[in-house]
Amino acid sequence: MPFGLLKYGLRKRYPAQHHFTPSKKLKQHYDVVIIGAGGHGSSIAYYLAKYHGITDVALIDKGYLGGGNTARNTAVIRSNYLTPESVSFYRDSVRLYQGLSNEFDYNIMMENRGQLTLAHSDAAIRNFRWRAEVNKHLGVRSELVDRKTIGEIVPSLRMSEDARFPILAGLWHEDGATARHDAVVWGYARGACQRGVELHQLTEAQGIDIDQGRVVGVHTNRGRIRCAAVVQAVAGASSTVGRMAGLQLPIHSFPLQAMVTQPYKPVLTPHVSSPHVHVYVHQTSRGEFVIGGGSDPYPLYGTRATLEQREKLTGAVLELFPFLAQARVLRQWAGTTDMTPDYSPVMGLSPIKNYYLDAGWGTWGFKATPICGKTMAELVATGRVPDLIKPFELERFYRFEQINEAGSTAASH
Amino acid sequence: MKRVLPPRVIKGRKMKQLCCPLNGLRNISEFLYGGEYHAKPDQISCSARDWAEHVFFDENNAGLVIEWWCHLPTSYWFLVERNTVSDEILRSFPCSDIYKQRDDSPASASRDKGGQGE
Repeated sequence: MPFGLLKYGLRKRYPAQHHFTPSKKLKQHYDVVIIGAGGHGSSIAYYLAKYHGITDVALIDKGYLGGGNTARNTAVIRSNYLTPESVSFYRDSVRLYQGLSNEFDYNIMMENRGQLTLAHSDAAIRNFRWRAEVNKHLGVRSELVDRKTIGEIVPSLRMSEDARFPILAGLWHEDGATARHDAVVWGYARGACQRGVELHQLTEAQGIDIDQGRVVGVHTNRGRIRCAAVVQAVAGASSTVGRMAGLQLPIHSFPLQAMVTQPYKPVLTPHVSSPHVHVYVHQTSRGEFVIGGGSDPYPLYGTRATLEQREKLTGAVLELFPFLAQARVLRQWAGTTDMTPDYSPVMGLSPIKNYYLDAGWGTWGFKATPICGKTMAELVATGRVPDLIKPFELERFYRFEQINEAGSTAASH
Repeated sequence: MKRVLPPRVIKGRKMKQLCCPLNGLRNISEFLYGGEYHAKPDQISCSARDWAEHVFFDENNAGLVIEWWCHLPTSYWFLVERNTVSDEILRSFPCSDIYKQRDDSPASASRDKGGQGE
């Protein structure tokens, strides 16, 4: 058997497949430069090439492909938001996710396991009922469920009425899912590169050239690039890159910490979250329990992990799943969440012509990767803002038309 | 060569601490972060756009910032200068250092009279 594998590997009939274009010299001009080769950047590049035939694109990143917040999120896909604008937007994203493995011919390990949000107060039940109705109206599968049903969906959950915060009801979201986050970005980048997009890693944007209110180029550590359009897709550094273009954004960058345990036998199928005790948890197909919570209490540009947050997460998760008391934590990490005042993204046009914003992705960026890429690509290619993302434009703050999703994040902050 | 630890890893200290101008050095868990300090525009004469920028937009600087913090047990608000990359606290000071006089703008005046504004 090992020899068979070796023979297979050495045969010329099965050459090693390169996912991405090997690193080339940076050209002096591109039609579009996308700053940030994470999920969103790769997705925009992919849809630009696939649907709009724009392949003279440089996808640049100061680190490596998918090495930022794409690698650090907890891979939750859902669309059970509150406002019609958000529900429609994330609903289309979940639908795109469903077909992504086939479209890529590359397994993103999409698992439709459902998502359960827990209510520990009457106020939360009222909110869930509201969300369920908005969701159903827009074609998203969400329903309010009672304690008995919760016990059937998640038998391992502690349903005791003697708990500190007894579980009163839940919002069951059947469309909830998870996927391999790295595979999503690799799939998009591979598809984009196959169509002619150039991926340039270790290429840091250091300045943005603007001439008469129009973007004309990007300075990088590998030289200057002239270009007709720029998209910034740098979750965690939105304000810093925005400032290079002279933009101020309604964003505060907070670390968000998560941790995983050692792998165990499968006992937990859906994703369970409790905004009240500030924790969400699911078991990966590898068997690890992924545990996350709210953002850190104050802004920071750093990805250090703290003991305080580990204690908080552990305390909260033991409220729900006491059997995890014996589980060992394998690792703990942080990503940077660009929080906006209304917990919705900032995407679309900017005050600078041909400079497009894909920012403010707080704790909701991964689930939006496909639809954000598709709609942003349409915007870059046609110059018209698609209806789906029109409500999320930067201008909404000047019109005082925020899209409040503060109550719909997995664990409120 | 001796390796210098970053300032947030100080041996023997259990939790990050912040020096409150009123109560002295306290654990960070006693404090609430209250947002970036911005000079307030004149709310009578400024445009709606200026006001929106004041309310929603932030520098979010990677480096030195001045921000509002509150010591929760005593409800005492004050200002802190902090480095958002190294998480180093440089100084904390009472807001009277910046606000030299009472804010007697019409909005706060009507609030003082028991909310008899328009």
